[in-house]
Amino acid sequence: MSLRIVVTVKYVPDATGDRHFADDLTLDREDVDGLLSELDEYAVEQALQIAEAADDAEVTVLTVGPEDAKDALRKALSMGADKAVHVEDDDLHGTDALGTSLVLAKAIEETGYDLVISGMASTDGTMGVVPALLAERLGVPQVTLLSQVSVEGGVVRGRRDGDSASEELEASLPAVVSVTDQSGEARYPSFKGIMAAKKKPVKSLDLDDLGIDADEVGLAGAWSAVDSATERPARTAGTIVKDEGEGGKQLAEFLAGQKFI
Amino acid sequence: MAEVLVYVDHLDGAVRKPTLELLTLARRIGEPVAVALGNGAADTADVLAEHGAVKVLTAEAPEFADYLVVPKVDALQAAFDAVSPVAVLLSSSAEAKEIAARLAVRIGSGIITDAVDLEAGDAGPVATQSAFAASYTTKSRVSKGVPVITVKPNSAPVEAASAAGAVETLAVTFSAQATGTKVLSRTPRESTGRPELTEAAIVVSGGRGVNGAENFAIIEALADSLGAAVGASRAAVDAGWYPHTNQVGQTGKSVSPQLYIANGISGAIQHRAGMQTSKTIVAVNKDAEAPIFDLVDYGVVGDLFAVVPQLTEEINTRKG
Ligand SMILES: Cc1cc2nc3c(=O)[nH]c(=O)nc-3n(C[C@H](O)[C@H](O)[C@@H](O)COP(=O)(O)OP(=O)(O)OC[C@H]3O[C@@H](n4cnc5c(N)ncnc54)[C@H](O)[C@@H]3O)c2cc1C
Ligand SMILES: Cc1cc2nc3c(=O)[nH]c(=O)nc-3n(C[C@H](O)[C@H](O)[C@H](O)COP(=O)(O)OP(=O)(O)OC[C@H]3O[C@@H](n4cnc5c(N)ncnc54)[C@H](O)[C@@H]3O)c2cc1C
Repeated sequence: MSLRIVVTVKYVPDATGDRHFADDLTLDREDVDGLLSELDEYAVEQALQIAEAADDAEVTVLTVGPEDAKDALRKALSMGADKAVHVEDDDLHGTDALGTSLVLAKAIEETGYDLVISGMASTDGTMGVVPALLAERLGVPQVTLLSQVSVEGGVVRGRRDGDSASEELEASLPAVVSVTDQSGEARYPSFKGIMAAKKKPVKSLDLDDLGIDADEVGLAGAWSAVDSATERPARTAGTIVKDEGEGGKQLAEFLAGQKFI
Repeated sequence: MAEVLVYVDHLDGAVRKPTLELLTLARRIGEPVAVALGNGAADTADVLAEHGAVKVLTAEAPEFADYLVVPKVDALQAAFDAVSPVAVLLSSSAEAKEIAARLAVRIGSGIITDAVDLEAGDAGPVATQSAFAASYTTKSRVSKGVPVITVKPNSAPVEAASAAGAVETLAVTFSAQATGTKVLSRTPRESTGRPELTEAAIVVSGGRGVNGAENFAIIEALADSLGAAVGASRAAVDAGWYPHTNQVGQTGKSVSPQLYIANGISGAIQHRAGMQTSKTIVAVNKDAEAPIFDLVDYGVVGDLFAVVPQLTEEINTRKG
């Protein structure tokens, strides 16, 4: 029987550009380029490796996001995923983590799955909660923050490097996995991969298709609200000295002045 | 007075500093009721009472150590049902964020993660967050349900405030999901004797400029002269010069110490995401154009192999 892997991928503003909030205090998507969250490339990579090691497997990449989010799906397809699902709906604008996980969970159930693989965190919201939210909503084990992962005989195993210990984990499928950037470098799409991606199916779903009421998601339906967002004032220019033999001593003098010594 | 549930982060009964910071914040909103789980849970009571916990709910069961996350969610939910708090606070470790997330779904509440400050507001607690690698400061609220909020370490002072700290055993019934993810083995991290990275008042970090694992001794010597924790950039970690657990940045630890000293680190956005909220920032870098200098309160353009040992020596001399 075929192993059905769904990889959740987020379309995010480029972190090296100038990221802003829009007037409604949601992410401003106008002023900055979007891309596939770099941390989700690791999830796609592990999905492809697990699929390659299995007899028969299919990798579906899934995103919830605006029209442009198709770019993230194309990138993942060009890396080697088989097909894509795009949940887009105007009413999704401003959805928070609880809402996003609701939509993702419904779309995952609709797609059919044995294994869900997510990134450890997005590069914009950076909450690191969606995988746990998905496991809770889907009612399946969470095997999260893995630096190493493998699937064999309907069991997923992995290593989680936590704050105070490193743990070896195990769960039966179906399960939700998230992987860290220590899990292994993501492959670059080949020219062949990029050409092939153009022909791969991208299915679009909206809230109706998933049986979700508009008032459960979006800005109005959000469980959390942003009241204000202010740009942090640029740090006042610090003192910069060139080392001419006394740099360490000068720095010590500064630290002493600040009462650190 | 309204009760606030505080999830206790402890290791075999030794309470971690971020939990004591949470108690300071919890007292701004109501009366803290602490929840301590697992081995040594009851041993946490004294220190929690000294920091304002009116009650300490404890539960010990092998499930907390043998299975991932869910048993703790079950216990926190039991405490939530027993207490009916106005907010649930946890410190922002990777595990606590996952516990918070699952609890939020179960109790139908919104969640805010990585708050750097918390105040009482007319419509419930108002959390300050720092967004987009700390280039924005936001104020947020949970608008549905009982707020579940995780707070970054070093966001509040630890304040003594003696309270009853009455210990009660919490009855927990584990859910069907609790045993879903088995912990096959656990290898504890070796202690270096240095402060925990996320809790440290001073962090001294090294990057690619340190140029080799053995050279990290220079960084460690500076750290030790200041009683600081040691951090590293991802470039240094990927090169195998320092353990990943010491990585500072977006995919490593997020730190906000009183003082951060970056040595041989360029200051890429992903590194900045993890240290930009530090109070005072200092850098040593031989490239005057390195982006890290845009953030610093004090910077030395120079070779770290000359500057850092001199600094360490000077500090040790001054300490006498
Ligand atoms: C600066 C900022 C602050 C925010 N603060 C909050 C807050 O405090 N509370 C709150 O409820 N919401 C908040 N949000 C909204 C929230 O980040 C997003 O709604 C949401 O997508 C989930 O969180 P995340 O992106 O941080 O995901 P994370 O939990 O960090 O993402 C982990 C993984 O989940 C998957 N994933 C996440 N989103 C999607 C998606 N749309 N499509 C496909 N896969 C996905 C990816 O695999 C990703 O790697 C914030 C957003 C921003 C931009
Ligand atoms: C998805 C993603 C997540 C990431 N997460 C993180 C993260 O969590 N943390 C992180 O740090 N990075 C992270 N990165 C990597 C980040 O983009 C940078 O590559 C990294 O921070 C660079 O490390 P560095 O500053 O040590 O090295 P470099 O950028 O190579 O800088 C080295 C610096 O050392 C200086 N130098 C060299 N020799 C000397 C000397 N003798 N004396 C003084 N100065 C000297 C140089 O002038 C230079 O400025 C992430 C990247 C991605 C894509």
